Amino acid sequence: MALTKEQIAQRIAKELKDGYYVNLGIGIPTLVANYIPEGINVVLQSENGLLGMGPFPVEGKEDADLINAGKQTITTLPGSSIFDSAMSFGMIRAGKVDLTVLGAMEVSEQGDIANWKIPGKMVKGMGGAMDLVASAKNIIVAMMHTNRAGESKLLPACTLPLTGIKCIKKIVTEIAVLEITDDGFKLLERAPGVSVEEIVGKTAGKLIVEGEIPEMQF
Amino acid sequence: MNKVYKNADAAVADINDGAVLMLGGFGLCGIPENSIAALVKKGPKNLTCISNNAGVDDFGIGLMLQQKQVKKMVSSYVGENAEFERQLLSGELEVELIPQGTLATRCMAAGYGMPAIFTPAGVGTEVAEGKESRVFNDKEYLLEYAFDADFAIVKAWKGDTDGNLIFKDTARNFNPLMAMAGKITIAEVDELVEPGELDPNTIHTPGIYVHRIFEGVNYEKRIEQRTVTKSAK
Repeated sequence: MALTKEQIAQRIAKELKDGYYVNLGIGIPTLVANYIPEGINVVLQSENGLLGMGPFPVEGKEDADLINAGKQTITTLPGSSIFDSAMSFGMIRAGKVDLTVLGAMEVSEQGDIANWKIPGKMVKGMGGAMDLVASAKNIIVAMMHTNRAGESKLLPACTLPLTGIKCIKKIVTEIAVLEITDDGFKLLERAPGVSVEEIVGKTAGKLIVEGEIPEMQF
Repeated sequence: MNKVYKNADAAVADINDGAVLMLGGFGLCGIPENSIAALVKKGPKNLTCISNNAGVDDFGIGLMLQQKQVKKMVSSYVGENAEFERQLLSGELEVELIPQGTLATRCMAAGYGMPAIFTPAGVGTEVAEGKESRVFNDKEYLLEYAFDADFAIVKAWKGDTDGNLIFKDTARNFNPLMAMAGKITIAEVDELVEPGELDPNTIHTPGIYVHRIFEGVNYEKRIEQRTVTKSAK
């Protein structure tokens, strides 16, 4: 069965390692914070200028001056720090952030990503995504395998305006975990009960399937 | 040297048609509410606004968009503003969307007296079109120029009459960078105090960068996404 958005986040959370500094994008990536494994300490970076992002405040404690990059009210934690936007992207550009998780509209088999613009339709802007994908050491994309029209989002080449090139390392969708290799998408895991055939059918880009593909573990 | 202005109207009185403005804030967090209201009242047109976001339809820079005062926006994300998207898609408004880190660093470059910077953000995308690039250590970088703004308008938490500023929490964001980058910098603050009342060790923006300062009034500090944790039982 296909994973829920929460389960996609839960699977990505298994990639976290103790001591990681992590930037989580808007949408499914934000949910990853709810599944940080026991005993693992990660520091969440919010690119509007905060390291050590805490949970949402309890009702009545919301502070308009303390938000995350998704403009949600949040809290700080013991050990948090606040800085300006140049320093925030400075630490991103300098490769200090260990892992970036973000959403995507399309990913190509070369690891290109498109997630900021649909010409003539949606013009919201790239925010910090272009800076993040251009510099992050390790980028995981959290997205659905197909779009609303049922078309694959894992393509030979992106059709939408690019956010970055040759930068994505891993993709977690509702049906599969895939790695980007020099030869294309490599299938690593499948969602419980989802067949390799279904994944093959929903992947338009080159897909490498080697041996038994294990089911995801939670 | 008197940097203290009575209010926002006085501080923005010489911002006229065609001015290039930087406006601090991230979303609606840390935006110069009083100055925006004064600009809406005064009504200069054909403005270029450099700001990470464009407010929402009925608050922040959105208020200036409604009055058609903005000719061009330079921003990284404008998703919360339907009027912005409408003016953009209809061609009424010119917009330059640039990566957020590039925006921040182009402000920083202006404040540090550097004409340009190199960044990898946007390499291989339409952001790179027409831009010079250079390879350092096998990686490609784009040449991006420092901003050149007539006025920088920022919001700080505390300031003193010499123009020293302290920002609060994530309302800091672009504010200290823009404060350093304007030919004329206008700072509005929650609390204006006398020199000596702020610990020099805690100043984020030294007064040398700030030309005008006033204590703001009636801050709404609107929250875009009110998210809360259910209190523990």
